[in-house]
Amino acid sequence: MSEQVRERETRRLDRVVVRFAGDSGDGMQLTGEQFTSETATFGNDLSTLPDFPAEIRAPAGTPAGVSGFQLHYSDHDILTPGDAPDVLVAMNPAALKANLKNLPPGASLIVNTDAFTGGNLKKAGYATDPLTDGTLDPYLVHRVPLTSMTINAVHAAEGTGSVNKKEAERAKNMFALGLMSWLYHRPTEGTVGFLEKKFAKHPEIAAANVAAFRAGFNYGETTESFTVTYEVAPARMRSGTYRRITGNLALSYGLVAAGELIGLPLFLGSYPITPASDILHELSKHKRFGVRTFQAEDEIAGIGAALGASFGGSLGITTTSGPGVALKSETIGLAVSLELPLVIVDIQRGGPSTGLPTKTEQSDLLQAMFGRNGEAPVPIVAPRSPGDCFDAAIEAARLATKYRTPVFLLSDGYLANGSEPWLLPIREMLPDLKVAFTTEPNHTGPKGPEFWPYLRDPETLARPWAVPGTPGLEHRIGGIEKSDGQGNISYDPANHDRMVRLRAAKVAGIANDIPPLEVEDPSGQARVLLLGWGSTYGPIAAGCRRVRAKGLHVAQAHLRHLNPFPANTGEILRSYDKVLIPEMNLGQLRTLIRAEFLVDAIGYNQVRGLPFKAAELAGVLEDVINQ
Amino acid sequence: MTVTTNHTGISNRLLDLVPVAPAQQSRKDFTSDQEVRWCPGCGDYAILATVQGFLPELGIARENIAFISGIGCSSRFPYYLQTYGMHSIHGRAPAIATGLATSRPDLSVWVVTGDGDALSIGGNHLLHALRRNVNLKILMFNNRIYGLTKGQYSPTSEIGKITKSTPFGSLDRPYNPVSLALGAEATFVGRSIDSDRTHLTSVLRAAAEHPGTAFVEIFQNCNIFNDGAFDTLKDRSSRDDVTLKLAHGEPLVFGAEGDKAIRRADDGSLEVVPAGSPGVLVHAATAADPSQSFALSRLTGDTHGVTPIGIFRSVDAPTYDEALNTQISDAREKQGAGDLMSLISGGETWTID
Repeated sequence: MSEQVRERETRRLDRVVVRFAGDSGDGMQLTGEQFTSETATFGNDLSTLPDFPAEIRAPAGTPAGVSGFQLHYSDHDILTPGDAPDVLVAMNPAALKANLKNLPPGASLIVNTDAFTGGNLKKAGYATDPLTDGTLDPYLVHRVPLTSMTINAVHAAEGTGSVNKKEAERAKNMFALGLMSWLYHRPTEGTVGFLEKKFAKHPEIAAANVAAFRAGFNYGETTESFTVTYEVAPARMRSGTYRRITGNLALSYGLVAAGELIGLPLFLGSYPITPASDILHELSKHKRFGVRTFQAEDEIAGIGAALGASFGGSLGITTTSGPGVALKSETIGLAVSLELPLVIVDIQRGGPSTGLPTKTEQSDLLQAMFGRNGEAPVPIVAPRSPGDCFDAAIEAARLATKYRTPVFLLSDGYLANGSEPWLLPIREMLPDLKVAFTTEPNHTGPKGPEFWPYLRDPETLARPWAVPGTPGLEHRIGGIEKSDGQGNISYDPANHDRMVRLRAAKVAGIANDIPPLEVEDPSGQARVLLLGWGSTYGPIAAGCRRVRAKGLHVAQAHLRHLNPFPANTGEILRSYDKVLIPEMNLGQLRTLIRAEFLVDAIGYNQVRGLPFKAAELAGVLEDVINQ
Repeated sequence: MTVTTNHTGISNRLLDLVPVAPAQQSRKDFTSDQEVRWCPGCGDYAILATVQGFLPELGIARENIAFISGIGCSSRFPYYLQTYGMHSIHGRAPAIATGLATSRPDLSVWVVTGDGDALSIGGNHLLHALRRNVNLKILMFNNRIYGLTKGQYSPTSEIGKITKSTPFGSLDRPYNPVSLALGAEATFVGRSIDSDRTHLTSVLRAAAEHPGTAFVEIFQNCNIFNDGAFDTLKDRSSRDDVTLKLAHGEPLVFGAEGDKAIRRADDGSLEVVPAGSPGVLVHAATAADPSQSFALSRLTGDTHGVTPIGIFRSVDAPTYDEALNTQISDAREKQGAGDLMSLISGGETWTID
């Protein structure tokens, strides 16, 4: 690299929150992903939060079209993508406008001055130029003519001969990445390799991006604008092999693993929907695992085909989000009645209706719980972090196959697209979940051996699963009520009452087959319990840490199973003076907890499409403790 | 599952994947112990008897046959057959059957549906099953009325139909199911009549012989809510003059005396002319282009005084399930069976000691 201008201070930090923001077309997601990749390779713990509009190319230059990517990394284990950025990279005025309100005074700001033209300022809604009108006085501002320097660097570089100005300009995100990589001492080899691979078919574009990346790095080195650089040491993490993983990828791998552990081929019936489509994309790659993926004509056909495959002895899966669940409701009810395995993956997003497709919300707990006609209980499992989606998917498939029931797996947009380092599982540690089909008659009738499709296992209350192709066990199932045991159509009032109660008891009995709810209460003196479910685990745990650091006492418990609840849930809830339930909805878990346990839990609720912040929850918690 | 291909029944490249019956099966083997509960006199009885009589002809093991139905009178059908069966929800049988057929090439999968189930609430699934050419046999009983909900007009009811829900006459124009299926480029489209056992058996046999989606419209009399809807096609004195029995490769001639024929009119549509007129068309069910078959589907008793029955179209084309299962076997051949741990540890990893 170039000659040293002068001695700089390198400041050691224990954690940093970085946010890249630009137009939807500026490549901010890719930039953030690559910075994260460098950070993971370096050995920091990390958590990410992509934040982008639903429109593929929202109006350029406007705050509505701003795409952001936030990364929190540290030298210790962390739980959230960070409350507020320590440094914001703003590629244009709109990105600045959209993000400045979240930037705490004193934070660093890197702005692309080339983008601060009259037109862009107007589109962003700035009457005056924030670079000169004092708006940015509270911040440590680095003014960088990113666009022009990128173009110059690309045209000066070798091997970029035919790259025109517009193509050169598109590499400006790599200039920004290079500069940030220098400022935060990130390893760069991975990015160069990544770019060469990504643009392997277009070597000149690859060269342009590498040139921009190197130019950004060198600019940091040579300019006098930066007097301090920052280092965050690798985190001390449990020993093992790690990779970085998003929730949707971990969930996809969990499903493939479940198929192998259970010993059944996967069949995914799905219809594209944000933010669940990536699971369809991922599973469609894995034909060699015998995974069949079927992009159906609609949500209903997606789940219908999955249920049909389950009837045939596959592990049927459907993936969707809230609006899709609404369409699938009738088929879920059919699966409850047929008592066939089915995993319904719901990557929750803001609702109702189309709502906020790209934003997170714990929107569908009550829909999963109650969104069907009749008494139609369905077990519900929810992962707590991106990596945990792997284990939660296996658990959902285990319950579905063992109990012959549809099971909801409730992830959300934050887990789906967020990422963290993931300690790879060890194959030998994964459970054997093999299920056996019924192959012999299970009843003796007046004319000899018979197969009764609703003769249940006395322990699990699961009915036998005899798949087509099994001689002698031909039978018919259907959504119309069946007689207990024999499985013929039955309109008998007492039988219907019995079947409704049996189906309820079967699902309720799962409480004996799941781990008890665990409470974390380091001091053992807590009188307030913080109860959560799903993706709020990170901010809730981080909030608890902050409060405990102040010497206050708080207990934390996090539900993985929402239906049924773990057997000890009521006992735990009743042993605290107060129970606080933060949710990214208006109190759906709280409604269930109150109804089931008569515990007057306190809610903290917000539906802003973004995860909770640790400081916010810490504040709420302190208020509740001190009340 | 063991697969034997030397059975003596009906055969095609997909049916050959289904295990054969170990011994000759009879109608009784396909009759379940359930009491049949359609209204006395319902056309469904005749169809059930024909299907139960025809299934043994297939020569395949009954445990490898599955009937999937939706909701409606016709959809009770699976309960009466001693095969695997599912009585599902309204309109969704083609979707459910698609998952079953695609994941189990060793099964013969049949869908039983009605005009309301298939064309109204389930219209979308029907279209897409036909378009994809999944290996399904779809039997659509068309009685041109809603029976199970007690007599509302259906998507095949004639315009102006007086029913409980349309006391001033129905307003919407009906579908022509065969035109609809051909429009979706179904690879097999047939039509038959509940009471004509010989003809129905011949169409069912051809459907079973067809690799891919076979769509069969069966005119079925609902003697309670729409009695006599197909009487002109059934009445011994009139039927030969108003029914065109399609036979591949044969001239399109009909009438009790064989005195009427079909040819193309100047505007491209078909017209009825005296037999012996120049330009009488020959039926080409296997033509790649479905245009002539579609034109035939436009002939109706109301418009032309003739209703074609038989096989409108039968072309061999790649099926969805074959193609998907080939992708899987190709992937395994080229890349080897998947290894879970190398999958999940793919990409960049790092190790902490």
